[in-house]
Amino acid sequence: MKDATLATRPVNEKPQTEPHAKQRRVIVCAGTGCVANGASAVFQAFAEQIKAAGIAVTTEFKPEAGPELRLNESGCQGFCQMGPLVTILPEGILYTKVQVADVAGIVAQTLVAGQVIDRLLYTDPATKKPCRGVAEIPFYRRQQRHVLRECGVIDPGCIEEYIHYGGYAAARKAFTTMTSETVCQEILKSGLRGRGGGGFPTGRKWEAARTQKSAKKYVICNADEGDPGAFMNRSVMEGDPHSVLEGLMIAARGIGADETIIYVRTEYPLAVQRMKQAVKHAQRLGFLGTNVFGSGLNLSCEVMEGAGAFVCGEETAMIASIEGHRGMPRPKPPYPAQSGLWGKPTIINNVETLAHTVRVIKEGAESFRQSGTSASPGTKTFALTGHVANTGLIEVPFGTTLREVVLNIGGGITDRHGKITADGFKAVQIGGPSGGCLTREHLDLPLDYDSLRSAGAMVGSGGLVAMNQKTCMVSIARFFMDFTQRESCGKCVLCREGTRQMLALLDDIIEGRATGETLALLEKLAHAVQKGSLCGLGKTAPNPVLSTLRYFRDEYDAHVIHKCCPTGQCKALAKPSIDPAKCKGCQACAKKCPVGAITGERKQPHVIDPKKCTACGTCADVCKFDAVLGV
Amino acid sequence: MISNLNHDTHGTAAATTPPVPAPPPPAAHAAGRAAAISRIVEKHGRRPARLVPILQEVQEEFRYLPPDALALVAEKLNVAPARVFGVATFYAHFAIKPKGKHLVRLCDGTACHVKDSIPILDAIRRRLGVDAKHPTTPDLMFTVETVACLGACGLAPVVVVDEQVHGSMTPAKGVALVESIVAKEAA
Repeated sequence: MKDATLATRPVNEKPQTEPHAKQRRVIVCAGTGCVANGASAVFQAFAEQIKAAGIAVTTEFKPEAGPELRLNESGCQGFCQMGPLVTILPEGILYTKVQVADVAGIVAQTLVAGQVIDRLLYTDPATKKPCRGVAEIPFYRRQQRHVLRECGVIDPGCIEEYIHYGGYAAARKAFTTMTSETVCQEILKSGLRGRGGGGFPTGRKWEAARTQKSAKKYVICNADEGDPGAFMNRSVMEGDPHSVLEGLMIAARGIGADETIIYVRTEYPLAVQRMKQAVKHAQRLGFLGTNVFGSGLNLSCEVMEGAGAFVCGEETAMIASIEGHRGMPRPKPPYPAQSGLWGKPTIINNVETLAHTVRVIKEGAESFRQSGTSASPGTKTFALTGHVANTGLIEVPFGTTLREVVLNIGGGITDRHGKITADGFKAVQIGGPSGGCLTREHLDLPLDYDSLRSAGAMVGSGGLVAMNQKTCMVSIARFFMDFTQRESCGKCVLCREGTRQMLALLDDIIEGRATGETLALLEKLAHAVQKGSLCGLGKTAPNPVLSTLRYFRDEYDAHVIHKCCPTGQCKALAKPSIDPAKCKGCQACAKKCPVGAITGERKQPHVIDPKKCTACGTCADVCKFDAVLGV
Repeated sequence: MISNLNHDTHGTAAATTPPVPAPPPPAAHAAGRAAAISRIVEKHGRRPARLVPILQEVQEEFRYLPPDALALVAEKLNVAPARVFGVATFYAHFAIKPKGKHLVRLCDGTACHVKDSIPILDAIRRRLGVDAKHPTTPDLMFTVETVACLGACGLAPVVVVDEQVHGSMTPAKGVALVESIVAKEAA
């Protein structure tokens, strides 16, 4: 398709809601996870094998589906655990863990002969039945994908395909038939709340900036997704970058800004590349530049890379970073909506928030409110990771229970060998370093902003890390404290020094030096850090500690009083031993012990020499009889 | 999984690895360096607001931010060297010490951490004889770092070597990965 024809028909008035219903397509997931597992080579192999089989093939998008097979790479399809993923349309077959060696078979049997290769299908561990495609796989079937709808289908490098499925119609509507005021009104009515963590109503933020009298205003897209264990924004940017850009345009229209900046985390090279490419393509079609959609308004967009500072996810720190300074927050008010970048009214919205605004404008606030709860409308993406059978990217309506997410979509909790265990669930860490833990008693808690807050956790950006019984909660608290301590910008004394002291106290607990006063001191310090910090990082840094103290006090007590780690994870407290009743004398552990600490006759119970033992846990890993205790 | 308790310990493997004599640092071509910095600063219109992207490009050029380069950037932008140095030391991405030819980054995000990333880090560090305080081998061949999260949590635990992501790692696989690079470099 040439540029000239696109210019005359810049957006698709009658968008396809389904991908070319009848066109034969092979879609190879090219998200970070699948690429790491060899998806690029799989894609190449398809290109060669399809051609070799004499099938007409194109990798280009064409608005009218032709007779030829379309082969394309997509963004993250979410089911990272099972990658590389290959989707075959129109049948909707999803092949998992596809390797180069499988490609010839897929071409011959599926594309030519029309047969399904059962070996490559996902098998539902509950029913042991192979699932043909997303419609049958519980991981997908139980989701409600809006923001992620096009992720994993369209070619993220092709603006024409995004337009074909209705893309940029919402931006055009905002610029041509709506005013700044009506855009803000619609977002307000939708009840959309910020997906970056705080959950502040997006419409109110926009309205505050809109009503400021200033010739210059800015919109910043916060794509500095720094929470460890969260990758929702990365996936949206990699899989559907134009939806983010379109949301950014709507936000600019909403507040009357003519300059926008996308601040992307530098650790996401692919997302940076896809966003830059999306901006370039939008400029080429005139969606960015002067006289956008003939509205007489101008709009520019720049992609800026962060430089690895978690605190820059905080609004005022991000502004400082964009202005070329150290990313340190400043007191609010004035809020960025009043005085932000270069002292001008500025709004900063998360990637996912912006992607949601597209749907609000396109389908209306009422339609948006159909899913979710009344106080937390819409859907939310979560990065489901840790000890679950199905790790990956999911999207569910607010109000979905934890049980549904972890046990049904996630497919259950796994042990250290990756096997699903019925009663393995211990906790879920949600909200990253600012969040908290949810336990067994919260399995039926609806996931929404307010329920989570009352349970001492938060939605955060959406990182959901499931943990099994072998996870030490004190170590988890220490892990997050170590993170926030390192990421504290150093401005507020209580955040800078307090987090360091909290970390030292946690080390005391883990290494067996804690006394009867340690826990009380830890709690006191936690509250002081909360009170004495300027920004969200410091205010929420103690949350993982407070939350684990609240729900796993006995585990702390075991470390402090009994000097033992119930899970055996804390090396300094570990006293590995071999249960003579269980040990079969197979010698597997003795052979693998890196320091030669295990001795014993064949078919006789073995013993560990505590003087030599480094508590590395190798013996427990190799033991087939669960005879190793204490690590 | 026990947090970072033994990050700083040298294992026995380190002792068996013969120490490689440090080659002299590459001769600094002062003139070439100045020209490269000038080009980068000019490209950004000599605007102090562009300090972060400028330093990113300077680092790309030299693999780290040499002190004289920081001074030169400050001079060209007409800002205090303290500001440039402040920004260069604030962000984790910037290195003011030379990095190795191969960058090994171990993800220690939550998902990788709960799936035992630290033993992998320990094993790789032991093999290369580096630790948290001295992340780079004396021959400037390897730098071993941890990173908060690479967003590839589905593949946890993850090691990234020179931008190539390796998922579902174990200590043995991590060491094998390093061995393969050592072998390639020796060939």
